[in-house]
Amino acid sequence: MAHAEPAVALSGAVFADRRQTWPGALGRAGVTLLVLAALWGLWEAYRWMGVRTQLTWPFPVDDVTMPHIHTILQALFEPSRVNGPLLISVLLDSAWFTAKEALLGFTLGATFGFALGIALAHSRLLQRGFLPYIVASQTVPILAIAPMVVVWLKSGWLSVAVIAAYLTFFPVTINTLRGLLSADPRALELMRSYAASGWAVLWKLRVPAALPYIFSALRVSATASVVGAIIGELPSSIQDGLGGAILNFAQYYSIQPANLWATNLVAAALGIVFFLAVVLAEKLVVRRSPENVA
Amino acid sequence: MSTVVQPLPPGLGRRVGRNVRDWIPAALVLVLGIGSWQVLVDVLSIERFLLPKPSDIARTFWGERDVLWSAGFYTFREALGGFVIGSGAAMLFALLLARFRRLGSALMPLAIAANAIPIIAFAPIFNAWFDVLSPTSKIAVAAVLCFFPVLVNTLRGLTSVQPRAIELMRSYAAGELQVFRKVRIPAALPFVFSALKVASVLAMIGAIVGEYFGGSQEALGIQIRNSAALFQFETAWAAIMVASILGIAFYASIAAVERMALKWQGNSREGVRQ
Amino acid sequence: MSERAAAVSLAGVSKTFAKGQVRALEDIDLDIRPGEFVSLIGPSGCGKSTLLRVIGDLVGASSGQVTVNGKSAARARADHDYGIVFQDAVLYDWRTVAKNVALPLELAGWNRRRRGERVAEMLELVELSGFGDHHPWQLSGGMQQRVAIARALAFSPALLLMDEPFGALDEMTRERLNIELLRIWEGSESTVVFVTHSIAEAVFLSTRVVVMSPRPGRIAAVIEVDLPQPRTNETREEPRFFELVTEVRERLRATEPAAELLA
Repeated sequence: MAHAEPAVALSGAVFADRRQTWPGALGRAGVTLLVLAALWGLWEAYRWMGVRTQLTWPFPVDDVTMPHIHTILQALFEPSRVNGPLLISVLLDSAWFTAKEALLGFTLGATFGFALGIALAHSRLLQRGFLPYIVASQTVPILAIAPMVVVWLKSGWLSVAVIAAYLTFFPVTINTLRGLLSADPRALELMRSYAASGWAVLWKLRVPAALPYIFSALRVSATASVVGAIIGELPSSIQDGLGGAILNFAQYYSIQPANLWATNLVAAALGIVFFLAVVLAEKLVVRRSPENVA
Repeated sequence: MSTVVQPLPPGLGRRVGRNVRDWIPAALVLVLGIGSWQVLVDVLSIERFLLPKPSDIARTFWGERDVLWSAGFYTFREALGGFVIGSGAAMLFALLLARFRRLGSALMPLAIAANAIPIIAFAPIFNAWFDVLSPTSKIAVAAVLCFFPVLVNTLRGLTSVQPRAIELMRSYAAGELQVFRKVRIPAALPFVFSALKVASVLAMIGAIVGEYFGGSQEALGIQIRNSAALFQFETAWAAIMVASILGIAFYASIAAVERMALKWQGNSREGVRQ
Repeated sequence: MSERAAAVSLAGVSKTFAKGQVRALEDIDLDIRPGEFVSLIGPSGCGKSTLLRVIGDLVGASSGQVTVNGKSAARARADHDYGIVFQDAVLYDWRTVAKNVALPLELAGWNRRRRGERVAEMLELVELSGFGDHHPWQLSGGMQQRVAIARALAFSPALLLMDEPFGALDEMTRERLNIELLRIWEGSESTVVFVTHSIAEAVFLSTRVVVMSPRPGRIAAVIEVDLPQPRTNETREEPRFFELVTEVRERLRATEPAAELLA
């Protein structure tokens, strides 16, 4: 791989980076904590300065727009309604609910995307006929179609999964196609010398060659499925997931801003967990020569 | 909604669309698609509110074109603003992180993780910060959505140079600035454009979804939400079409700029095999 | 697993590309006897690699007859009658060395136990027995090529096609691998068709050297190499070796009249 190609995921390298070593990982964790601490400090510093100078641009700074970080963390361990369960348990339940939808959507979307990629790779005609619409599909605000999907499927959470799948399939399709077509022509000649069947060429050469690209897309799709699940819940009036929690706490934001911030933290964590799961899977499945770039 | 990785495989992008003939299959699919949609709605007796007929949508599209297009451009301006701010900031930040490698290696994994956060969850907070009716809140959503993908990809492009190319520059006693200008930035361009195409779609979608949480009546997202709530589904679909057309146009213009810029630079990806 | 070497027969073989614009091969007549080691040598554009691919049915001949092991080239390919080695080892990054060697056996449907035995045999043959679990990128260029050779020999093929397999290696590794290749060849009784740029290599390895001329690709000369077998490093220092090298070199020069003026 002399020239690094720009078929890069939004979330990092196509090929595995430098080898992970224990002291290296520990060091990175330390740096992460340091940066998080620095961000915390920046937040509080900006807030302090903003309150003191009565800042109004870019936005007014007060307890509602920028609650203290410790207030947010505190709110997690208080009940969200009178005599109700702790906020954190409410949020974790919502997160679990949304996670299930996202997981189903991810699976459906990735499988469909993979199959579609294979189909497209084998027919230039199909590519010319359908690729423009596949690309264009992502410009359609799926949020707007969500209510109709809900009625169609007569099931709230299934339609949310479908919406999540809609956002998931696209990167997988494009990268599967790209990866399948990236097989070394000499390797293809070799397969021809073995009189290998089309099926064998696909599964023994093209698909393994495509795996780094596919995982690159799956990293993006992991997040996309969570996003899709959250926004899918919005018009579906589903109360049990994170989307419902966001809408709910957004309504009462001026009274209890910390709750919405806490919800966002949980949503962020969910997205990151999905992403890390794919990264872990990739480390286990994909073995390639280390990259040599400056 | 961080979606698209590489919208079209590069070798593909160059061959497809070169002649008019290449577009025939796509045109055929479009005609067949719309044709069967029109017919199936009647044949399967699909409820109006599930899926209106293309002919009805087209009629509404034409009838309400003034309202729809002005709403469309209102939202597009939000998306464009967010795109410019988010991508611009991201590219500057990426240059910084590429120049100061230590900082870059430390922050890159965090940027990658931040890219995994569902930004859309922050839309209500942006509404609280900037007046819910003002476009600024949606610009903010679009900007944050664009920021991380462009940052990660640009940084990746700036730091993915062949070691030999850097060695060559060193042998000329070139300074860091020259290395950036002559080697790193040109090498990063394909990555940058790749990310900008993605960001263009994200910005538009981000603006519309952001409007879902509340926004001015002049905005497209509000139009869609309101007409859907009033069961005026032809209007809703027509508005969706406007959103899609604008999104595609935005994407295509970036792709056009990319073709010009990369041709100028000399496309070093000629060797992409099919 | 036939150990009988294949004969290759080419009669009036031509190959054109780009709708007849490029005449890569014209009227090639060549008979390769079973068990021979034949080198194809010539300047760029003489069609030697194309000829190799025609024999392997990786490229179809535009006209003429190709007979490999008594069958058509296509049949021979379907029957796995030959193994091929390229200049680039073409190993799969995602497979270990052992799994790379096992690839053709998997495609032929051999069961795991048989595959394991054969792979072990082959790795021993090329003296890479301890490296089965390594990945290709962990090996040097020379070692990667030995893996490619092990893979090509997996079926003990009647014919071995080699397209400048040592071209990317340094001179010393190349000379060492030449000796190894001869050792393997003698043990296997395959016929070998070997494409090379190196005159010394062609003379050292072959029983016959076929000199080709370019534009269009034709056979310019066939030179018998009567050096005794088995060939060793000492063979490279014998007077007869130099004579043959000189003869090949002169035939090569004759294929490029313009080059004469520069010499």
